[in-house]
Amino acid sequence: MKSGILKPGQATPLGKFLAGSAVALYALVAMIPLVWILATGFKSPPDSISYPPKVFFEPTLEGYVNLFTTRSRQTAEYIESLGPPKSWYEELVRRRNMVISGPSRFADRYWNSIVIGFGSTFLAVFLGTLAAYGFSRFKVPLKDDLLFFILSTRMMPPVAVAIPIFLMFRQLGLSDTAAGMILLYTAVNLSLSVWLLKGFVDEIPREYEEAAVVDGYSRLQAFWKVVLPQMRAGIAATAIFCLIFAWNEYAFALLLTSGTAQTAPPFIPIIIGEGGLDWPAVAAGTTLFLMPVVVFTVLLRNQLLRGITFGAVRK
Amino acid sequence: MAGAVLENVTKTFGETVAVENLSLAVGRKEFLVLLGPTGAGKTTTLRLLAGLEQPDSGKVHIAGEDVTAQPPAARDVAFVFQQYSLYPHYTVFENLAFPLRAPGRRLNADSIRRRVGEISEMLRIGHKLNDRVTQLSGGEMQRVSIGRALVRKPKLFLMDEPLSSLDAKLREDLRVELKRIQRDLEATIVYVTHDQLEAMTLADTIGILQEGRLVQADSPRIAYERPATIYAAQRLGSPQINLIEAGRLGLAGGPPAAATAGIRPEDLTVGAEIGAEAKIIAVEHRGDEAVALIEADGLRLHALLDAGVSMEPGSRTRVAVRAESAIWFDSGERLVGAGAPG
Repeated sequence: MKSGILKPGQATPLGKFLAGSAVALYALVAMIPLVWILATGFKSPPDSISYPPKVFFEPTLEGYVNLFTTRSRQTAEYIESLGPPKSWYEELVRRRNMVISGPSRFADRYWNSIVIGFGSTFLAVFLGTLAAYGFSRFKVPLKDDLLFFILSTRMMPPVAVAIPIFLMFRQLGLSDTAAGMILLYTAVNLSLSVWLLKGFVDEIPREYEEAAVVDGYSRLQAFWKVVLPQMRAGIAATAIFCLIFAWNEYAFALLLTSGTAQTAPPFIPIIIGEGGLDWPAVAAGTTLFLMPVVVFTVLLRNQLLRGITFGAVRK
Repeated sequence: MAGAVLENVTKTFGETVAVENLSLAVGRKEFLVLLGPTGAGKTTTLRLLAGLEQPDSGKVHIAGEDVTAQPPAARDVAFVFQQYSLYPHYTVFENLAFPLRAPGRRLNADSIRRRVGEISEMLRIGHKLNDRVTQLSGGEMQRVSIGRALVRKPKLFLMDEPLSSLDAKLREDLRVELKRIQRDLEATIVYVTHDQLEAMTLADTIGILQEGRLVQADSPRIAYERPATIYAAQRLGSPQINLIEAGRLGLAGGPPAAATAGIRPEDLTVGAEIGAEAKIIAVEHRGDEAVALIEADGLRLHALLDAGVSMEPGSRTRVAVRAESAIWFDSGERLVGAGAPG
């Protein structure tokens, strides 16, 4: 601002300060649960349930050790007979009169979440991109009806059809398989993906492709070299929405998976049932569970911001 | 040998007939300008030549070969769009090199660099090669657009109002440059515009389109002096030609079928000693000349005033018509004779 004269709609310094403070305050309030989860993951079990709650505490990795291991309680004599602990985490466990009996299934479940979450996101975005391009550029018979039909799959919460899906999955042998879960999440995300991406393709002038086609490229090459790079923002935004849904999905995961294909969301609560209320282990699992979406979102944040505002300003 | 030929081409979009039974030839090294208002079928004609549209009937030939069934990529034509055709995710260099990297053309990196260098120098954008196209001004963008067509040496250039989105000064500069480049490269160009000044200055041949049909294709001078129809006469000349019923204002002596006389504004003399009584309604000064709207014999006419003549709106004067300069049309609005054959 060169002069003191303000244009209409321009904030005064005081207004800016107040608006900034409000945003900062909101961010702070919104962050408290996340910070609490992060902190609880490093508390000892007694600290995690102490009253009044402890803001300052001595950090320990016990929660993370408990998250990744299964343990059994033993007598002091038995533990004595084992000799000195071979690692720092064994030492940590023995302090509570326990021995490690093996790894927990958290790593497997986490890996399932990654495979299913990213796999279904990739598929939903890939298929959505192709469908959106087709709907945007070609004469498709009954185009409007098809688009409405695709949208209508999201007119009720997916869980409303949980029972038919459960039965279908059982019949088709898809229950408790990663392929089945990827298929399911892809199907649920596809309508969002097609509609979001169609908006982005519609914004790209056809002249770009026509210029490329006249210049000697095939339609597919024109799509690859000209259209796709300009859809980047849209694809990033769509991918984040799809990933967040697939990553956080709880109800179907609980219903359709039990052993091999179980994802992290239904697994984390199980920890509570194993040997008392182990809140630090739950918090540790939750913290690790939050990471991929946070990292993914931070990596794509520039694209995301552009994508979301772009999509919002125009139709 | 013909550069490109459209043979009885018809193209409809649903109910709308965009191009109707159009036959058109552009010779090699010829600069053909298609002129007409919005909706006359100019752009569709270009797109048919490029292969971006398929004709419902008729044939398209380029360099003597029937290309009607060929896709755009196979036709070896270059298209300059009105706007939007530069790729925002590429630099100027990459945009210019894009056509040279097309499959089937595949030049090596050295010759691409050389060719892009030549063209960018010619268009005076050599210093901008590493810039993103989004950082360019409108004039520079359009130079790059034209450059992307020029790098390839195609058989045929198609240009769809390439200058219309630019401001007046730039448009004039680029117009002059484009004509020079066309001569230097001996390029065959079909150029679409609704700007008659562009048509007059650029064209070897002006093709005047009306509702999807070709009304006239002649050199600018003949198109101006001997327009084929009243519609064609109205497309060229600013202000528009005056249309006067035969017999009025002393306009007699045309061919027997003559029903209407077309008088160009410069063929009316305002403030003459002789002629019909007239009233000045308005005067528009354009710097080097002035245009007067006058009323005479119940008709409203445009006249070009000499620089020295000053006229006040509302004043009375006389207007003389140079009858020998009349362009005569019959009752079907077709040319039957012109006073000064070109």
